[in-house]
Amino acid sequence: MSTLEVSPAEPVSREAIHSVVNDFSIQVATVNGSGSQTANTVLMRSLFQMGIPVSGKNMFPSNIAGLPTWFTIRASKHGYIGRRKEIDFLVAMNLETAREDVMKLDAGAAVVYDEPLKLSELRNDLHFYPVPFDKLVGPVCPEAKLRKLVRNMIYDGVVAQLLDIDMTEVRKALVKQFGKKKAKAVDLNWGAAQAGYDFASANLKKSDPFRVERMNATAGKIIIDGNSACALGAMFAGVTVVTWYPITPSSSLVESLIGYMRRFRLDPETGKATYAIVQAEDELASIGMALGGGWAGARSMTATAGPGISLMSEFIGLGYYAEIPTVVFDVERVGPSTGLPTRTQQGDLLPPAFLSPGDPQHPLFFPCSPEECFTLSMEAFEFAEKFQTPVFVMTDLDLGMNNWMADPFTYPTKPINRGKVLDAEDLQKLGGFARYKDVDGDGVGYRTLPGTHHEKAAYFTRGSGHNDKAQYTEREDDYINNMDRLAHKFEVMRSHVPEPVVNINGKAKIGFVAIGTSDYAVRESVDQLKSEYDIEASYLRLKAYPFTPHLAEFIRSHDRVYVVDQNRDAQLLGLMRLEYPVELLAKLRSVRYYGGLPLDARTVTDEIVKQEGK
Amino acid sequence: MSATVTPPPKKVNRLGLEVLNYKGSRTTLCAGCGHNAISERIVECFYELGVDPFTVAKFSGIGCSSKSPAYFLGLAHGFNGVHGRMPAIATGALLANRTMMGLGVTGDGDTASIGIGQFMHLVRRNMPLIYIIENNGVYGLTKGQFSATADLGSTLKTGTPNDLPPFDCCALALKWGATFVARSFSGDKRQLQAILKTAIAHNGLSVIDVISPCVTFNDHVGSTKSYGYMKEHEAVLHELDFVPFFEDISVDIPEGEATDVQLHDGSHLRIRKLHRDYNPKDKFGALAALESAESKGEVLTGVLYVDTEKPTFTELLNLADQPLATLPESKIRPSAAVLEQAMEELR
Repeated sequence: MSTLEVSPAEPVSREAIHSVVNDFSIQVATVNGSGSQTANTVLMRSLFQMGIPVSGKNMFPSNIAGLPTWFTIRASKHGYIGRRKEIDFLVAMNLETAREDVMKLDAGAAVVYDEPLKLSELRNDLHFYPVPFDKLVGPVCPEAKLRKLVRNMIYDGVVAQLLDIDMTEVRKALVKQFGKKKAKAVDLNWGAAQAGYDFASANLKKSDPFRVERMNATAGKIIIDGNSACALGAMFAGVTVVTWYPITPSSSLVESLIGYMRRFRLDPETGKATYAIVQAEDELASIGMALGGGWAGARSMTATAGPGISLMSEFIGLGYYAEIPTVVFDVERVGPSTGLPTRTQQGDLLPPAFLSPGDPQHPLFFPCSPEECFTLSMEAFEFAEKFQTPVFVMTDLDLGMNNWMADPFTYPTKPINRGKVLDAEDLQKLGGFARYKDVDGDGVGYRTLPGTHHEKAAYFTRGSGHNDKAQYTEREDDYINNMDRLAHKFEVMRSHVPEPVVNINGKAKIGFVAIGTSDYAVRESVDQLKSEYDIEASYLRLKAYPFTPHLAEFIRSHDRVYVVDQNRDAQLLGLMRLEYPVELLAKLRSVRYYGGLPLDARTVTDEIVKQEGK
Repeated sequence: MSATVTPPPKKVNRLGLEVLNYKGSRTTLCAGCGHNAISERIVECFYELGVDPFTVAKFSGIGCSSKSPAYFLGLAHGFNGVHGRMPAIATGALLANRTMMGLGVTGDGDTASIGIGQFMHLVRRNMPLIYIIENNGVYGLTKGQFSATADLGSTLKTGTPNDLPPFDCCALALKWGATFVARSFSGDKRQLQAILKTAIAHNGLSVIDVISPCVTFNDHVGSTKSYGYMKEHEAVLHELDFVPFFEDISVDIPEGEATDVQLHDGSHLRIRKLHRDYNPKDKFGALAALESAESKGEVLTGVLYVDTEKPTFTELLNLADQPLATLPESKIRPSAAVLEQAMEELR
């Protein structure tokens, strides 16, 4: 997890402040397909290079070009890198949304805007900075067709000048962005940034309070998106069979993996691939291939989002009953079909937990940061083979597709453990085996792999109707025995899943429970509640389902526990309802957000204050 | 002194295995089901060619046909998957272990209806796999509904006629990339043996559509997948001789009478012409022959197409020679230096 050690925010009163240093959010409103991504990444990276904790969130439409898109950069000396609801500094480049964007701002915010939009007429309680982008871009970009792209770099220069961002850092970020080989692109964009800077120096009079100062809070850190971090986790876990079908927001997980595997997983002696990556025809096939791979002994995985999860349903159940290891990455988003596919949510909790007909139960892992995307992905592969079952790694669009500041990942210290697999020599010693017999009391049988040269090795894999020798049966005692063993196996998992992060505040009557990216909002909200309302709160962040005993203990030791859900129907709370007794359930409260944006602390704080009756 | 009887020496194949070693559990399909005959041919062919049963992985979907892998090659691992999605399981398993020989058995419901997408993509990838369609034109396990290979105008047991045209799985396989395509009849022992043996020797996807009558739901007058109908309408393309790589080819055939196809493992398929000229390397000719037979109400059987050159999916993926499934940690977990390099690039 992110190891930012932060001091709690001091109470903020805007009137009292003349200068706001390293504690504000910038929003850039553009049209997608206009090449703003480079300008936004460079801006974010410049702040990062100045040692200021920073986060960037891209709010984009499901479209290739022409629709509104917003990129929000938050600088926080306190180390809060969740979304901040309030926008302090707007860069308005999109005619279509500019008016609404301006009207939504709190008084005192600053607006850099494209001069012809005439936004300064709208309000008199904001700081307006008009910039004639079209006039500035001509001289720095003689090639007309590139102007649309280069134009955006001008606002980087303007913002740098207004916020005191060091232009040498902008230059450095540009070089990082384009690589040393693309010197021409660097120069072209650098010219545009400089033009913006020069224009601002000569023409704009700074009147807003926002500015940056160098800090030392990012030294040694990396910037990475969660999908790439999961990909690295999978590569270092030793994944060998990867299957997928493109779907936002999970596509870049496998695309990133393809890039890394091509570079680092070709056998140096033969030049041949130590992996297979297959873009399947659909999710029905991708999960089937992943299970086929897992059955034959590979470390296999697939990556998808909610709609893909529902298509995988029958196969996942077969994976449960036939006890086949595989790892399914679910990068959650909003809705099936065209339902806001580019917005974030934690809306897939209940379906993966029980996916498929019958009584299947599946373990879910919940990373909250790039560091955990790396470590929990690796753990998921170990866990899948240890318990011979599909494991879900649940992230979301916010974690998967946005860039995050993170600590560099640490190399795994434990060797890879392939679980209970018998080879020919073992079979010779044992004289045979029963595939689904609970020899060790943990509910996990021993398996053999196809290709094992021993007359006792083979077994026939099928669905739920089998006895412990993997023979077909419809006998009720065989069926019940098998189901009870599977239930026992799931219970055993409780003491092997990653443990939650528990933060007990001895003075607190209330507690939070959250998963994944809700962490950023909750941690900040805990500080807000204390500093603004004098409410103390404990916090337990789950890393996995099934729940470990820590959760029941946490609920027991607080008067009220707020379960934070990024979905409408309180699915995380729903999972608790299914297993806890009434006296624990009576203590549970729900905080829900389901608007498709990353959860922010203010939303959580306001809801707690309301429910606590303050 | 009592007379001692020396038991006759056990008949074994080149691996020293008996035919018993290639059998599975007792069939639970109906007596007379075409699928049982196909299972017997599989046992014979794998035994006679001396295929190591430990190197075979069996795959199936759902349906009567998909039960049958339990009835042969009991020493091989098997996976009875979900309906229509055997190709995905087989693909994943064979990528995980490319040294295995994949043997898939499906039905016409599996292949031509629910699984037609997976079937077509398997074909497109030329995944090395023996893919047998036990084709009876009817859903047996759900008691007698038409499948998508039932011929236009053929009738159910109840007399209800089929008013939709059939998919020809061989034509689909031919058009989209399978490298060995054959049609046979479960009742034609000799032809089916030669075709199965060729599939075992072939490197690439072998699609074998075997008309396999359902004695319970589709063997009546009005069915076009019955024993009676096949007796009258089967049009055999050619005579097939399979010569395994471990036997000498002793008899030379005068030119023009037979085509010789050398297969991946050094075996040979000899195709002797019967009534007509047929070139099994001509894809368009094969498609035309299928069309023409259909228009005449004939069921064309034999080797429709063979291509020994086209790369397989595992070759395209440049897979390591050893099974991916059992590569040691040193091959699948990059070094700490690699992680450090990746981190440095992100700073």
